[in-house]
Amino acid sequence: MSTLASPTGNLDAALQPTDWARPSGHDWFDALRRQGWADFQRLPMPTRDDEKWRFSDARSLSLAGFAPAPEPTEAVAAALIARSHFVARPAALVVHVDGHCVLRPALSPELTAQGVRFETLADALRHHPALLQEHLLKHGAGLGGAKFLALHQAWLKAGYVLFVPKGVEIRQPFVSVNWTSTEGAAVFPHALIIAGEHAVVSVQDYHLGATADARALAISACDIHAGTGAKVSRLAVQGWGNRTQSFQVDNTCGGRDALITSVNAAVGSRRARLENTVRIDGPGADVRLYGISVATGEQEFDQRTLQIHTAGQAKSDLLFKNALLGKSRTIFSGLIKVAPDAQRTDAYQTNRNLLLSPDAEADSLPGLEIEANDVKCSHGATTGQVDENELFYLRARGIPLEVAQELLAQGFLEEVIAKVEDEEGAEALRGMLSAKFHQA
Amino acid sequence: MPDSLVIKNLNASIGERPILKDFCLTVPKGEVHAIMGPNGTGKSTLSKVLAGHPDYTVQSGSALLDGEEILGLEPDVVARAGLFLAFQYPSEIPGVTIANFIRAAIVARQAKGTPFDAKAYYAELYAKMDALKMDRKFTARFVNEGFSGGEKKRCEILQLMMLKPKYAVLDETDSGLDIDALRIVSEGVNRMRGPDTGFLVITHYQRLLEYIVPDRVHIMWDGRIVHSGGKELALELEAKGYDWVKTELASA
Repeated sequence: MSTLASPTGNLDAALQPTDWARPSGHDWFDALRRQGWADFQRLPMPTRDDEKWRFSDARSLSLAGFAPAPEPTEAVAAALIARSHFVARPAALVVHVDGHCVLRPALSPELTAQGVRFETLADALRHHPALLQEHLLKHGAGLGGAKFLALHQAWLKAGYVLFVPKGVEIRQPFVSVNWTSTEGAAVFPHALIIAGEHAVVSVQDYHLGATADARALAISACDIHAGTGAKVSRLAVQGWGNRTQSFQVDNTCGGRDALITSVNAAVGSRRARLENTVRIDGPGADVRLYGISVATGEQEFDQRTLQIHTAGQAKSDLLFKNALLGKSRTIFSGLIKVAPDAQRTDAYQTNRNLLLSPDAEADSLPGLEIEANDVKCSHGATTGQVDENELFYLRARGIPLEVAQELLAQGFLEEVIAKVEDEEGAEALRGMLSAKFHQA
Repeated sequence: MPDSLVIKNLNASIGERPILKDFCLTVPKGEVHAIMGPNGTGKSTLSKVLAGHPDYTVQSGSALLDGEEILGLEPDVVARAGLFLAFQYPSEIPGVTIANFIRAAIVARQAKGTPFDAKAYYAELYAKMDALKMDRKFTARFVNEGFSGGEKKRCEILQLMMLKPKYAVLDETDSGLDIDALRIVSEGVNRMRGPDTGFLVITHYQRLLEYIVPDRVHIMWDGRIVHSGGKELALELEAKGYDWVKTELASA
């Protein structure tokens, strides 16, 4: 076991996995985890000079005071399971508390018979090791969060694997809820979604704090692999407690003619960084990446995106909208990369920020890198305040200033909420976004 | 006069430019008064000043709504006091549905903690939309977004009917309306006429007043009322044109 000093010093000890002694029975998996730990120790903490961390408050990054938490009591688990029903009739529901699975997913016999698998990571490793070995953490973190993803990799345990075989269409969403409950808990939720040819599947991931002011370290990762003609939609809600540091590293791969819609919402955490890489590997693919946040207090939401087009005649569309209150900050940094062969690509990237407070700050770094010559690409960013005419119109109907501003902000956000196909998911999201205006 | 909207010696400007000049007008509750006048005479400014628009500065004067001063109040306070302004150019509010918008306006008028009766609300909303020949699907549309001119004005009258103000100022409601829309909008207003509501109908054209027949007609010129009369004054003005106002009335 390495005990090398690292830039995080002896803090690593608290975050070092303690279950090395118990092999999983799969050497590649154990090796993957050990590699993660080694990388975590080797890689330096990001600094403000790092271009990939530009504008973010890298100086205050710290992993001190976090450690994995023990299993929750039955009472705590039961209470949190009871709060996990965002969708009345999901295809299946899985719930984790502090990184421990407290509700294992129960799939209907019909879906099981069709070959659908929705299991915890641990169960999937036992039942489908080859599937995992092929797909697990294949893409890494190219947007600056490598050190954090390495720690996630070292801790690979909590999370789920969803596999939908060729031709199977499931309308009801699969739902995963991850809670932090213990003060200072470190959690590493993982999601692996594999959709076979022409499969149709939708997923909702909720990352939540048991209390509004829960303090935790959360490093989550989600990989989506959409096969030929597959249709995948995902809603990911980052709603950790407001003293949490969150890092989310997501990778999406779209095969030929795949349609992927992903909505990433941020309401929780003290600081939260989302790194989302979209790979368009198949011609005709259509990947839609949306972001939405309401930032309050001293929250920092740091959004880094990359749309990589390697196949031609494909489309990617990105829209990130942030509403900022208090002294909050948002950073959006996005890049569209089009490879020389990816002719007739349509790629768009838009970031819109609504400042609802004079002390809030939104930074935007849109970018294009285009090596093909027959493409339609655009990027744009706007940051502004509430429109005075709209505000007057609402107030002229008797709506008080604060309520009018909130309505306009919700209207501003609605464009992204409308991208959530599942009405219950959209309604849950609306509720969480709306609640932020009242605690602000 | 407690049951009136009484505007006295109102002077207001936008920036350094004076627009309303010792403007005086009284609209008793239960009556419909029309203000006619050429463009640029201050008609729309009057409506915005009354509604508390922040771009205008009031130098002096008063506007009493049933005895309560409304000048200087925040726009939402003026509205809750009972003044409704139907906009000449209603704003488009992306992402906010008509149902949620009107609901927020009604909730703002309720005492704190009063539960909102959604069932009764929708029943009333649908009934009034039917009366205005508005598709019920409009409740889920974003306020004024992508609406035609006629749809926007119908939506204004829908809000008027739902909020039941003590006084309504209709600012050039007829602009941009075809004859069918004009008839429907006017029917909506006429349905609301009664002892509890006073109307101030601002228009450039006599056409609207064929459908909403006023009790009094006032002619506005250069920031004040220069002549008042019965409903026949609108016809006289139509026949003689605004040059008549300029030469005969403004110099008086």
